[in-house]
Amino acid sequence: MVDEEEIPLWEVFIRPRNGLAHRHCGSLHATDSKMALQAARDVYTRRGEGLSVWVIPSVQISASDPQDREEMFDPSDDKVYRHPNFYNIPDDVGHM
Amino acid sequence: MQKGLFSALLQLADDHLVLGHRLSEWCGHAPMLEEDLALPNIALDLIGQARSLYTYAGEIEGVGRDEDALAFCRIEREYQNLLICELPNGDFAQTILRQFYFSSFMLLFWEQTLKSSDATVAAVAGKAIKEAKYHRRHCGEWVIRLGDGTDESARRMQASCEILEPYLGEFFHTSYDSLEISQSGVFPDKNTLQEPWLMDVREVFQAANLNIPDLTHAQKGGREGRHTEAMGHLLAQLQYMQRSFPNMAW
Repeated sequence: MVDEEEIPLWEVFIRPRNGLAHRHCGSLHATDSKMALQAARDVYTRRGEGLSVWVIPSVQISASDPQDREEMFDPSDDKVYRHPNFYNIPDDVGHM
Repeated sequence: MQKGLFSALLQLADDHLVLGHRLSEWCGHAPMLEEDLALPNIALDLIGQARSLYTYAGEIEGVGRDEDALAFCRIEREYQNLLICELPNGDFAQTILRQFYFSSFMLLFWEQTLKSSDATVAAVAGKAIKEAKYHRRHCGEWVIRLGDGTDESARRMQASCEILEPYLGEFFHTSYDSLEISQSGVFPDKNTLQEPWLMDVREVFQAANLNIPDLTHAQKGGREGRHTEAMGHLLAQLQYMQRSFPNMAW
């Protein structure tokens, strides 16, 4: 229905509060960045979700290849020592 | 003064209700999902503004009519909206262009209304101005992209200009009542908005490669309750529930 050549796809990132990072929340079609920001506002912030919006053209995203998954991610599986789980936290510190 | 204020509030509320209703007809039919949300968003803003205005109009009138009674239980000749608000939507270009004209006008109108001598009216303006700013921006950007877009979008946009042109002069038409109200400082004098409005339209139209509309041959009558043939059909849909089930609430 939407002509991808004339109306490209954009990825939308919303920052919900001060101090938090922008998070990917979805995508939309728009002719250019100005219209993409307006569409993002209309599509993704209707219930007070955001204080700031980023949009970037989806074609600008370089993604890892699912076929490379084993060599990319499996080597970290057996390196449990990288998780900070081996400390005794004193009770007085409380919730961390 | 009270009668004049009631009438001025009603005119403004009717503009917003009727145009909001027209825009809501796009829900589920817009050319792309993004606009399917954007147009009803604008419609909801307009209807919200109409609600505040009707409620206050009912208080001023003082005979116990609430927002529903004013919105749903009058006959066609008692509605005083601008004719441009009731025109059928046409295509997407025509809907967007009408909304640009209206939002550009309302933005200027609310800016002046912020300093209204009536505190309730000034408060409505304070809320509405933020919404109108976004409507004006969103529709202005679309007018530029359609007018300066493909051959087909440019043709449709220019055709929309010609269809809507006769209805533009009515924005600035001042009835006896509204003159009295602007002199008392409640609402701005609409005549003073014509030049800044034309400047705004010119700026967008130059970027959009469109011919500037001519306001001299204005179709009027909405403010006196003389409507186009589209109005009866619109009201039939708008009023159906309240007419079928009087005083229903949901």
